[in-house]
Amino acid sequence: MAEYTAPTTEKDLENRFGQIKPYMNPTMAYYESSRCLFCYDAPCVKACPTSIDIPLFIRQIHTGNLDGAARTIYDSNYFGNICGKVCPTEVLCEGACVYNLQEVKPIEIGRLQSFATSRAIERNRKLYEPAPPNGHKVAVIGAGPASISCACELRMRGYEVDIFEARNHPSGLALYGCAPYKVTNNDVLGEINYLQEQFQFKIHYNHPIESKEQIAALERDYGAILLGVGLGHTQPLNIEGEKLDNCIGATEFIEQVKLVPLSVEVGRRVIVIGGGNTAMDAASESARLGAEAVTLAYRRSKEEMKAYAFEYDLARSAGVMGLFNAAPLAILGTEKVQGVRFIKTHSEGGKVMPLPGSEFEVACDMVILATGQSKRSDFLGLIDSLEKDARGCIKVHPGSFQTSHPKYFAAGDAVNGGAEVVNAAAEGKMAARGIDSFISNSK
Amino acid sequence: MPNLTANLAGIRSPNPFWLASAPPANSGYQIMKAFDAGWGGAVWKTLGIPIINTSSRYGAINYRSNRMVGFNNIELITDRPLADNLREIEEVKKYFPDHAVVASLMVESRQEWHQIVKDVENAGVDGVELNFGCPHGMCERGMGSAVGQEPSVLQVITQWVKEVATVPVIVKLTPNITDVTEPALAAARGGADAISLINTIQSLMGVDLDRFVPYPVVDGKSTNGGYCGPAVKPIALNMVKNCAQHSGVNIPISGIGGIENWRDAVEHMLLGASNVQVCTAVMHYGFGIVREMLTGLEGYMKDKGFAQLSDFIGKALPNVTTWENLNLKYKVIAAIDAGKCIGCQLCYTACEDGAHQAIALPKNGQESRVPAIIEENCVGCNLCSLVCPVENCITMERKDNGSGPESWKDYMASGKAPTAFNDERAGGHGHWIPEPKAGLGKG
Repeated sequence: MAEYTAPTTEKDLENRFGQIKPYMNPTMAYYESSRCLFCYDAPCVKACPTSIDIPLFIRQIHTGNLDGAARTIYDSNYFGNICGKVCPTEVLCEGACVYNLQEVKPIEIGRLQSFATSRAIERNRKLYEPAPPNGHKVAVIGAGPASISCACELRMRGYEVDIFEARNHPSGLALYGCAPYKVTNNDVLGEINYLQEQFQFKIHYNHPIESKEQIAALERDYGAILLGVGLGHTQPLNIEGEKLDNCIGATEFIEQVKLVPLSVEVGRRVIVIGGGNTAMDAASESARLGAEAVTLAYRRSKEEMKAYAFEYDLARSAGVMGLFNAAPLAILGTEKVQGVRFIKTHSEGGKVMPLPGSEFEVACDMVILATGQSKRSDFLGLIDSLEKDARGCIKVHPGSFQTSHPKYFAAGDAVNGGAEVVNAAAEGKMAARGIDSFISNSK
Repeated sequence: MPNLTANLAGIRSPNPFWLASAPPANSGYQIMKAFDAGWGGAVWKTLGIPIINTSSRYGAINYRSNRMVGFNNIELITDRPLADNLREIEEVKKYFPDHAVVASLMVESRQEWHQIVKDVENAGVDGVELNFGCPHGMCERGMGSAVGQEPSVLQVITQWVKEVATVPVIVKLTPNITDVTEPALAAARGGADAISLINTIQSLMGVDLDRFVPYPVVDGKSTNGGYCGPAVKPIALNMVKNCAQHSGVNIPISGIGGIENWRDAVEHMLLGASNVQVCTAVMHYGFGIVREMLTGLEGYMKDKGFAQLSDFIGKALPNVTTWENLNLKYKVIAAIDAGKCIGCQLCYTACEDGAHQAIALPKNGQESRVPAIIEENCVGCNLCSLVCPVENCITMERKDNGSGPESWKDYMASGKAPTAFNDERAGGHGHWIPEPKAGLGKG
């Protein structure tokens, strides 16, 4: 038998998706905060994409100043609780903690951060007051982390902010894409709600922007527009058999797991193709949802995977097996997926080279493609003179996040090609400052 | 937003956090850096005829994994020429006119006192602090604590200073004395505008077991130093309170001793300090700790609805009384929250061996390790709740019948108090202490 059986009840789900970073209780937070050395020019702060003053908020937790701690966190990162739970802290703040050099367990910064912020959210502590209206309006397209972060920062500067969201929930991939054992939907929606109550930005749900007319109207009515549109569907591999039933993109699969976990039908034998963090999540989630055998197939070696080592370990702990140096040639089957034909590979100067005659087949009844998300090129085509880089990501000025079209700013996955929530939060905030100086200077 | 402006005998500062006269306030460079970090004032490291310091000057005691819970030093007053210090004082005041700069002074003759007071006033100080507290080195030369321990001398020197001073004069007191109000009264009689306390406590930090010499070691020898750091706070609080409550002292107090975070500072102020001075915490963590103090103090004042510091300075004083006034009818009894108890049984052994045998262990064969309170034996001493490692697991619940209050004073006046060794009113010859089992009534 596999590690997990298929869940049938909410209770099963709680068991399958138990939080890997559960909330601390006050005693844990007290002990853990007491360990912080309060380093000068602290490496953890430098490792944080949003430069949260970590030693300060930890000291504030320790002295019982929880509001102060939450404020220190939110001052730098509006997604304090979500990031505390989903950030790859092992390679960011906690990875930089000086205790590592002593081979002592680093401070659990992520969990302390979530402790302080979740307490503020639970007690609905009002920490911010938007600035008085400055008479300017900004439109934000998409309601993901980059957009919300930008909106909060703009509200602190007195801008009126309208967010246009195609779907019926806020927070984008933080909701649809973050692994359920890292953060719960309630955590995500709770924090956005908390932010919205304080910052009072407007979100227009079920309001996709998809025509030139809409774009023209936004350009007419708003002083600046933020593109926080993220990425699109999973990019096809362009191999035979991708259209077969039970061949699904990882983004789409994970979204189902997040929204309707009890209705997701995973195969008995699942092959996940890819070597990034999304592949690890998809593999891990398949296994937790009861797949008997999950194979993670990557065309390069284990060492070359883009996924963090701890993410692979996590997938392994759920029962996932790795298959390396195997490039998919075709997905086999007539109506439904029946297997994948691979060819063995080796690397030559960083290039993947197939080994002729080494084809082999692996039987399965489900294939998940974790081969990257496509760019929203149709949407981006609606905007005149918007420059993109070779990958199709929106080109922005690195400091202001202004695009080649001066009225447009962009942040998040649509710019960085797909990164962490914390990167989107940082970029959204920077973009807000860019928008502020653009509008102030054009007065 | 609460107003943090502090006022000590007319010396104003943007907040009540001052650097104490000590190594962190040794130079203009340091003090300006501290003001930039957020400190409200600084007492310059004691000026006088420059001395020569030893190499190896500090010692510390660690408690378990916590470093420097107690600290001591054998450093003397400034080892830098007066002219350099005066030039830097002038420069600091030029850049920071609204911050408090106070010169700590220590010289011998009346003529020297007159001269140095005029010198520092010319440099622009906002006040002077007379160092009558240093308990090592300088006292051997008839200065520092040698003065502080001799109230009549202290009074005369204070008078000398007051003959010429035009800025407020603070007298810094030594705790190495039986009754700190004696020198405090002498300072007031001498015309001091304020007192500051406590200076360091004479101490030896421990002994090197191999070299047979206490720390810090100077070429195989050592000497007593001055003790400070978090460990001395309770001693400081008591002395601050004694001075604040004494009607004859009646001049403002600057609180010093064991202040590391906002809570410590508020405690000093609740017991009568108009502002606080900090040294050891800065020597440990740098000037940056003031950020935690400022946000913590501000949060506390907001929570409590205090608009300015004077709203709470001395607020705890009416609640500190003499033992004979405490209500003897007040009775609390320990209660263990079984849901929180982790079964360490530290409370059991503490009460059993160190207090009143009022805690019983679960009977043999029971799976639970949660101890039970024997209410008949519990005297409400708090010990179990103090040793308990779990927050709010053992609480002290009020269990008296509401009669009273009746203090020892009342009791004596009523004539009910025992007057002989084997008085019937105190149990006569047989003051029986029930054994735990009997107390439980379960044999």
